[in-house]
Amino acid sequence: MRKGKAADVESIADPQSPAIKRVFRKPGSFREGTTILVIIGLSIMMGILSPYFLTSANFRTMFMSFAINGMVVIAMTLALISGGIDLGVGSVMALVGVVVGTLFLNFHMNIWLASLVGLLLGLVIGTINGLFITKIGLSPFITTLGMMQVARGIANVVSQGMPLPLQSMPVEFKFIGRGIIGSTGIPFVIVLFLVVAVAFDFLSRRSTIIRKIYYVGSNEKAARFSGIDVNKVRMGVYMLVGVLAAFAGILSIARFNSATNTLAETVNMDAISAAVIGGASLNGGEGTIFGAVLGIALLALIQTSLNLLDVGPYWQSLVTGLVLLLAVSIDFLSHRKAR
Amino acid sequence: MAQPILEVRGIRKRFFATQALDGVTISLAPGSVHAVVGENGAGKSTLMNVIGGVYEPDEGDIILEGTKVSFRSPSDALGRGIGFVHQEIALCQHISVAENIFMPALNRPGFVDFQDIYKETKRLLADFEGHAHIDPRQKVRELGVSQQQVIEIVKALSVNCKVIIFDEPTAALTESETEVLFRIIGTLKAKGIGILYISHRLAEIYRIADTVTILRDGNLIETNAVSALDQVALVNRMVGRDLTDIYPAKAAPGTIGDAILTVKGLACKGVFKDVSFTLKQGEILGFAGLVGSGRTETARTICGLMRRTGGTVSLGGKELHIRDYRDAIREGIVYLTENRALEGLFLDLSISKNISVMDLGKVAKLSLIQAKAENGLAQRYVGEMLIKIASVGQKVNSLSGGNQQKVLISKLLSVAPKVIIMDEPTRGIDIGAKAQIYHLLRRLASEGIGVIMISSELPEVIGVCDRVAVMYEGSVCGVLEGGGVNERSIVQMACLSSEEQENHGRGVA
Repeated sequence: MRKGKAADVESIADPQSPAIKRVFRKPGSFREGTTILVIIGLSIMMGILSPYFLTSANFRTMFMSFAINGMVVIAMTLALISGGIDLGVGSVMALVGVVVGTLFLNFHMNIWLASLVGLLLGLVIGTINGLFITKIGLSPFITTLGMMQVARGIANVVSQGMPLPLQSMPVEFKFIGRGIIGSTGIPFVIVLFLVVAVAFDFLSRRSTIIRKIYYVGSNEKAARFSGIDVNKVRMGVYMLVGVLAAFAGILSIARFNSATNTLAETVNMDAISAAVIGGASLNGGEGTIFGAVLGIALLALIQTSLNLLDVGPYWQSLVTGLVLLLAVSIDFLSHRKAR
Repeated sequence: MAQPILEVRGIRKRFFATQALDGVTISLAPGSVHAVVGENGAGKSTLMNVIGGVYEPDEGDIILEGTKVSFRSPSDALGRGIGFVHQEIALCQHISVAENIFMPALNRPGFVDFQDIYKETKRLLADFEGHAHIDPRQKVRELGVSQQQVIEIVKALSVNCKVIIFDEPTAALTESETEVLFRIIGTLKAKGIGILYISHRLAEIYRIADTVTILRDGNLIETNAVSALDQVALVNRMVGRDLTDIYPAKAAPGTIGDAILTVKGLACKGVFKDVSFTLKQGEILGFAGLVGSGRTETARTICGLMRRTGGTVSLGGKELHIRDYRDAIREGIVYLTENRALEGLFLDLSISKNISVMDLGKVAKLSLIQAKAENGLAQRYVGEMLIKIASVGQKVNSLSGGNQQKVLISKLLSVAPKVIIMDEPTRGIDIGAKAQIYHLLRRLASEGIGVIMISSELPEVIGVCDRVAVMYEGSVCGVLEGGGVNERSIVQMACLSSEEQENHGRGVA
């Protein structure tokens, strides 16, 4: 946990962003800082309450549980920043997993090649979303609600509801989902996630391309009146979201040794919750990758804590929901006071 | 003088470090129009919001018809007879006229007799000349801006308001619609209703107000009969200093060079048909005409923001083929929107990010934005344009209208344009900032940038522009220059047939 945070923190310690300074100067007044404080507070409490909490095995499980979904959180955050949303990410994960698994199992395709096809499928789905949104002018919510069901439906049809056993996948491929790096004890997928997260966080603060997503989300008309090709930006967002969701789907089959049509059924809402806890707004123009990663970390931490404290799994949804409402309310009230 | 219908005494209101109102007292007589003037930030809106029940004052009393009252909410104030017609239309666009008007009454449990409210709506509308034909069943979004404003007024009247507050009611109206509004205000006066009237347009105040109160920095400067203050005195008291040269000197003869921008037969199907003019180096070319005459659309078509269906645009003798706004920016033609908040600014983003948006490459290396360069760019314009801010990282929505406008202009200047087209560049900003923008336009022109100013305020068109193109129903009907740039000629050209204007005068807000 601490190791992971250090890496995240370095990612924003660039001259472009005063975020790191703000986090430590006035932690309580800053969304990401608040989330960090809650995470630290909860960790200390759990360290006292449960002897098992501070073990490396526990941290490994916890990180692995959100490393894959974390890819989707990054994607969702970008969609929210653009003023849109993508409800189809979980379905795309499942569909890509099923398609890659089928190609491998029934068509004896090389698993890496099959994965490439899976990524392309994600890109195609993202492109279709983008076309509906920019050319036909449907709202992202409606478009991706439809795509969510279409993608899940295809996954159901292709798999006929049967999980695909994929134990026969080559060990190198399994490594990306469940391998441990040498003697460090650190799972590869965590490192992979952190690299992707750090890269996207850096780019979201610095790159001219992602900056345009913020402009479009903040005020679409003003973006057009500033010479930004709004449709191109939105198109790009949904294509990227599709690819990231496909990537998460491929990591999932590597991790679980199987592909199922019911994979990731709640990931959409978890990803939205995480992004919003981390400071994204459904109105667009706001949010950071760092914040969203903290958001998903907090959700994973809560889930682990509930497990360790022997609170039944039925309580988890309730607690997650309350945390979301609390986080957003506190943020809203503090903003209102400032006005 | 009769007993005042409304008095406020010693109102104080503080927002954090800002004393928005510092002991303001005014008294409104029934059947009179009381104007409240002042620069942006003087406290006009705060005062109206206190009277309208939006804010509670920290100190001071509100006395309505001799009784001390306090309002907990806008609907509370409305219930006691204080109506508020906002600058921005605050109607529900998707429901009918009648339901909007009777919203206060419908806002309680029970059943609604629609026949009754339709009939009542008809009766109330009958008092408004030219609006009696509005169908109570019609959806509000199908109405024009001025008709919607009438609905707002009727809504206030439906609860028997004794006081109506108008906050910049003419900002979105055409000239003929403004005339209608003034006649309505006359009717309201005759009914003994007290009217509080806020406007940046001084000419209107002289036209309809009886009394004027001047606010500056939250303080009451003076309350007087309008007839007792001339315009110069009024402006000087508003800004607290002598503002003798609001308008810069015009271009000296001989300093005007060759044509920079030549537009021939420009057309945009269904909107305007035949627009031709030339813009010369060193001059400010004004565009006058009624709202709806096609000025904004012409500008947007030149810039590729609307589709050109005919005609040519040449820059420095070379014909341009502009397909979208990016092409125009590349050629050096930029457009300042008339709608600052909706189309101009990223209100939730920082000043730096607002200024750098048009050419991020300028502040980036290898597609990575350099914070130092970006903030430096903003800092340069903040200094040059005298923008009052705490830091360039501040969100734009924390700035006053005038400073927001300067940020927007900075954004356009950041791409070093050859031609800059400004659509209503001083809308909704105070007179001090207006003067600065006029001087800026003149400086740009003298530096060789072609400047076009579209404006509905004739005094500024006459005060600032060297030549004025007048548009009428989708074409340029004439260009005035020198001594010809005066109110009479412009109005004459702009209103060739005034009956027709009534029918075509649609708003382009």
